[in-house]
Amino acid sequence: MIEGLAQLVNRDPAIVRWGRRMNQTFMVAVGDTQFLLTVRDGQLQVEKGPFTQRSWSFAIRAQPEAWEKFWQKTPAPGWHDLFGLLRRGEVAFEGDQRVLMAYLMYVKLVLAAPRNL
Amino acid sequence: MKLEPITGRYGAFQSQNRTFRLYYEEAGQGIPLLCLHTAGSDGRQYRAVLNDPAITKNYRVITFDMPWHGKSSPPAGWQNEDYRLTTGSYTGMIMDFIRALGLERPVVMGCSIGGRIVLDLALKHARELRALIGLQTGAYVERYYDAAWLDHPEVHGGRACGAVAYGLMSPLSPEKERWETVWHYMQGGPGVFTGDLYFYQVEGDIRSRIGEIDTSVCPLYLLTGEYDYSASPRDTEAAAARIKGAKMTVMKGLGHFPMSENPEAFLGYLRPLLEEIRKR
Repeated sequence: MIEGLAQLVNRDPAIVRWGRRMNQTFMVAVGDTQFLLTVRDGQLQVEKGPFTQRSWSFAIRAQPEAWEKFWQKTPAPGWHDLFGLLRRGEVAFEGDQRVLMAYLMYVKLVLAAPRNL
Repeated sequence: MKLEPITGRYGAFQSQNRTFRLYYEEAGQGIPLLCLHTAGSDGRQYRAVLNDPAITKNYRVITFDMPWHGKSSPPAGWQNEDYRLTTGSYTGMIMDFIRALGLERPVVMGCSIGGRIVLDLALKHARELRALIGLQTGAYVERYYDAAWLDHPEVHGGRACGAVAYGLMSPLSPEKERWETVWHYMQGGPGVFTGDLYFYQVEGDIRSRIGEIDTSVCPLYLLTGEYDYSASPRDTEAAAARIKGAKMTVMKGLGHFPMSENPEAFLGYLRPLLEEIRKR
């Protein structure tokens, strides 16, 4: 899912516009598999780990089963939003929370994009 | 331009020994129905209720923007203090508004923080009220994110508050209405949503008292959207289980802002309930 995210996001100006001022790298972990998502003016580039000595501003980690529920076309109640997963204890936000909160709408839209596949 | 039947007015409102320039809207005639908006938003959330002829033919629907919210001003000196809503200031403000307008035994309907405060109104003012409707009611919600980030000089408050509100809605609600709900959140003043959440996530824990609510004096209806994870159906059930006579309904496919994220679906639940209250 994450591998195809760059193409999905970059062709959707309705998502890109929310990240237009964002120039950051953040990590998304699907279980033990790590991805680095680098954003340049809202355009996304995705790399799959493992990584050696790479930096990121914040990380969002969840188990594959949680992401699978989150990425359903119509997710079940409580599985439809990152903060919903947070209340369930199904996701962990690490690192610089300021950056995550500053670009929260973009991050939410990016990570929900696979639902439209 | 096609005009709506809603009218808005400003007035000098006294509460908590302070004067606020308060804005409120109303439509319809009959039994007063006072609608309380959610944390960090304003009375526009109730647009569809105010515009519904099936309701306004028997109800005088009123909604006010709380001080600091919407078109209501903060008091003089706001620049020197942190805004913080508490159970006492919230209940006091609602009752002061009811007296200021001379509303006789109104029905009070509130959502989220408003859904919480109706429980306090049930405890303290049941005899002065005809019925209470809690939307997205929980007696308490453990803090699961840090609301301080919504009031931080290096985070755009409007964008962050909007993004938080966005997630609380149902993916099944119409896009147009969802994004309008987000817009209301994006227009909030700095620290206002966070100040409301002080009541919701910190001070306003009402769990130990709800068993004393007497619904034979004032009926209590609890309606909760199934997609809400802030005041989830489970949270409402936990409260309802301890209040004898409370009537709970889970609203299918709705989220935390039923009246504004999917007005048509919400009105489908609200209209029969208001008819039931009217015929009591």
